[in-house]
Amino acid sequence: MDDFTWRVGGPQGGGIETAATLFARAVGKGGWWVATKREYHSNIMGRHSYLDVRLSRKPVEAFRERVEMLVALDGETLARHLDQVRPGGALLYDPKVLDLTVHKLPMLDHRVADALSERFGKLDPSLKDLLQAYVEAGVQPLPYPFEEVADRIGAELGVPSLQARRTLNTIAVAASLHFLGFPLEPLLEALALQFRGKVLELNQEVAKAVYREEVPKLPFQLHLNGYEPGRVYLTGAQAAALGKLAGGLRFQTYYPISPATDESTYLEAHTAFQGADVAVVQTEDEIAAVTMAVGAALTGAKAATATSGPGFSLMAEGMGFAGMIEAPLVVTLYQRGGPSTGLPTRTEQGDLMFALRGGHGEYPRLVLASGDILDAFLDAQKALAWAWRYQTVVVHLVDKFLASMAQSLPKEALRVLQLDGERRLAPRQEGFGPYERYAPSEDGISPFIPIGTPGGFYWMTSDEHDLVGHITEDIPLREYQMEKRMQKLKTAQEEILLEDQYTLYRDGEVLVLGWGTVKGTLLEALDHLPGVGYLHLRLLWPFPKIAHLLEGKRLVTVEHNYSGQLADLVQQETLKRVHHRVVKYNGRPFTLDEVVEALKKVLAKEAPERLVLRKGV
Amino acid sequence: MLELKLADYKAEKQPDWCPGCGDYGILSALQMALFELKKDPSQTAVFSGIGCSAKTPHYLNLYGVHTLHGRVLPTAQGAKLANPHLTVVAVGGDGDGLGIGAGHFVAAGRRNVDMLYILYDNEVYGLTKGQAGPTLGFGEKTKSLPKPNPQGRINPLLLAFASGYTWIARGYAYDVKGLKELIKEGLEHKGLAFLHVLQPCPTYNDLHTKEWFAPRLYKLQDEGYDPYVPEGLPPEELDRKMAQFQEKAAEWGERIPIGVFWKAEVPTFEERLKAYLPRYPEVYPALGQREPLDLEGLLKEFAL
Ligand SMILES: Cc1ncc(C[n+]2csc(CCOP(=O)(O)OP(=O)(O)O)c2C)c(N)n1
Ligand code: SF4
Ligand SMILES: [Mg+2]
Repeated sequence: MDDFTWRVGGPQGGGIETAATLFARAVGKGGWWVATKREYHSNIMGRHSYLDVRLSRKPVEAFRERVEMLVALDGETLARHLDQVRPGGALLYDPKVLDLTVHKLPMLDHRVADALSERFGKLDPSLKDLLQAYVEAGVQPLPYPFEEVADRIGAELGVPSLQARRTLNTIAVAASLHFLGFPLEPLLEALALQFRGKVLELNQEVAKAVYREEVPKLPFQLHLNGYEPGRVYLTGAQAAALGKLAGGLRFQTYYPISPATDESTYLEAHTAFQGADVAVVQTEDEIAAVTMAVGAALTGAKAATATSGPGFSLMAEGMGFAGMIEAPLVVTLYQRGGPSTGLPTRTEQGDLMFALRGGHGEYPRLVLASGDILDAFLDAQKALAWAWRYQTVVVHLVDKFLASMAQSLPKEALRVLQLDGERRLAPRQEGFGPYERYAPSEDGISPFIPIGTPGGFYWMTSDEHDLVGHITEDIPLREYQMEKRMQKLKTAQEEILLEDQYTLYRDGEVLVLGWGTVKGTLLEALDHLPGVGYLHLRLLWPFPKIAHLLEGKRLVTVEHNYSGQLADLVQQETLKRVHHRVVKYNGRPFTLDEVVEALKKVLAKEAPERLVLRKGV
Repeated sequence: MLELKLADYKAEKQPDWCPGCGDYGILSALQMALFELKKDPSQTAVFSGIGCSAKTPHYLNLYGVHTLHGRVLPTAQGAKLANPHLTVVAVGGDGDGLGIGAGHFVAAGRRNVDMLYILYDNEVYGLTKGQAGPTLGFGEKTKSLPKPNPQGRINPLLLAFASGYTWIARGYAYDVKGLKELIKEGLEHKGLAFLHVLQPCPTYNDLHTKEWFAPRLYKLQDEGYDPYVPEGLPPEELDRKMAQFQEKAAEWGERIPIGVFWKAEVPTFEERLKAYLPRYPEVYPALGQREPLDLEGLLKEFAL
């Protein structure tokens, strides 16, 4: 099989993430490239959560609508994922859940339960009814009593039931792989990546015991794909954190918020590594986070903060302050479903316009967006370098989908970019007095002077100011400072390499424009869509000069928001009409299938101006 | 460093405060204190919020950072943590520190970063023309209030104490000498020092004027009050110190104490950071990246 997705669903806090990581590592050890996506509720324990691990013979970063194998660790998974398994696929479940009925599943939304009632024409369908529907859809049921197996193996190994049941995730993964005819060795190696000591021993013994039992062979089997060393498997949040380290980050602030927190806690946990001494401060709110990072930057420390929509809203004034006093600052914005608290753990690209424009007044800011995990690593470095080059705010856009997605990559792709270009003033050798921090400069960039530079001092103020930083309301000074600051945008646009501004992956009569994490899906979609091109925007502000690429094309935007914010931006900046807006705002990332289908409609000239995609669980 | 005279600390820029404003006295005291402690202006940063009081940094020859309304404390803490060798002073008004910035005021106390925060308390929002500040009492009506103040007052000293400030004092804007001594002590204190300054605003606060304060103020230290709380004080002793603090901090009306109320020895945030950041403060953020990143090492946990 060349394209395979394994899905595990169960209650949050029950360790299904561990299961998915273990599965991904096991098949990774077996040579497959993998990508994992994670869907979860804003809840700590008990609510439904699931992960997809997609395998491929080449690096992969898009996800399918339907899966080849579903592992249901509880009854609710059966109910929610009905119709999600491809005909011919398999369902691994614990037969003890079959006695439950959908309206007795405490965490299942009423809407879902009612829909099932209607579908089955019963007040309260049982999970047996559901199982029947799976079977009728051509899904092979694989009953597997996880807990019983745990107890049985526990007894064999002389381990108490409580302890044996802690290995349920390993049992689920081992059983899946065993059914698929996948060898045991890679799983044992994957366990060694995950556990240590006695726990490792127990889990490995459990895996072996699962493999000792005979299971029916599935019609499709998963073979080894030729292991090559030198790959890594990491999440977007980890990649962004590593990218910040590679970019020389020295100071990070944060106020906890999903899905941004993982980045900061990763940094906090790794300060003992050489070159990773980052002072990480958990602040009282995002206003403090942004202003504290500014304070640190003023001393010459590469500083950043990371947040999500609600926190970003609070940062608007602080970012303007950084823009006004020309402090280098990186804000990593992990977009999630908005508005307000919105969908805290679901994905969206709803903050594009806000990232570009949020805040009062005008100041130069750069906005870049990462398309995938590797981009997140490289872009974090660019964001820091640009913040220091242009001494202003750089907003690095990522999102929940990317933050919690994991992917295997060739290690050598994670390069430390040697980016520089920061301009600093050489301290005065003789005399003592105010520095002209805001001295005239054609490209808008005056040399940076960290607080603590000997030989003088100067002032900074959020008010309009003169060359040494004193408040002024003088007309020529105001005009001059405004123009000097805004000039930096022009300079940046000229200096930033085109390849860092956008990538035309393929040209076509129908040209799709995308930004951020739609990238992986669209790149794979191209394989199914002859005649369709893809232009991926990396830098969103200053907006790249792309009008010439759009000439005479039928333009389509694909993005995770309601209004089609990129479409508006493209129209505003290029004066070219976007003919179709493909949007999705249900918090679930685009599936490859629905995007291909939508674009086929566009190709066939059957698409309306606005296509709303609605797939997802 | 060059030999500096007192006048060298004073910037060319002329203050634009109203005649008779208490801010002048605070500025002079700060200038004198920095001079007497021989602070190097290039290694000293004064941060401020927004308000009349917050213009202070512009009148001093040193790194002056006039931030946003209410955000002086987080900005100043960021600078101090990134370069722990700097002398950092934060200043601002009562509205700045206890109105819009109250959350930061409390959080700063929990950290105990080694710096001094001077709060200019005129009980009004000076720069926006005299609205009630968070320290104006319930029912009090200053000049520009159309009706008596319907909200009550925060006691800055008690709030500072509850938040964990390790040095707490009060001064008076017209007692420049006394204030200078307090600023010096606050600057030398290891940890976060809070100096509450009673600052008459002749333009908008017609209740608590120079004339009102003069007969009421007295010096705690003249009465033998000892604010010192050494580390590891026995609990009964600590209780006594706290009761004494509370009594004096709450005293307001006929008699108003100034002086040092509390002086405790508590590990600074810089010291606490070491647990997270093994090479801090020797390797501090402002130094930049000095060794190449051990990316290989970091990637090990992700190896497939
Ligand atoms: C976010 C924000 N809100 C409101 C203001 C308007 N504003 C400027 S100064 C000030 C009050 C200043 O009062 P205080 O902090 O007590 O300082 P004072 O002028 O009395 O010294 C206000 C509300 C502002 N600058 N920023
Ligand atoms: S309004 Fe009050 S506080 Fe502001 S400068 Fe005038 S006297 Fe001073
Ligand atoms: Mg005030």
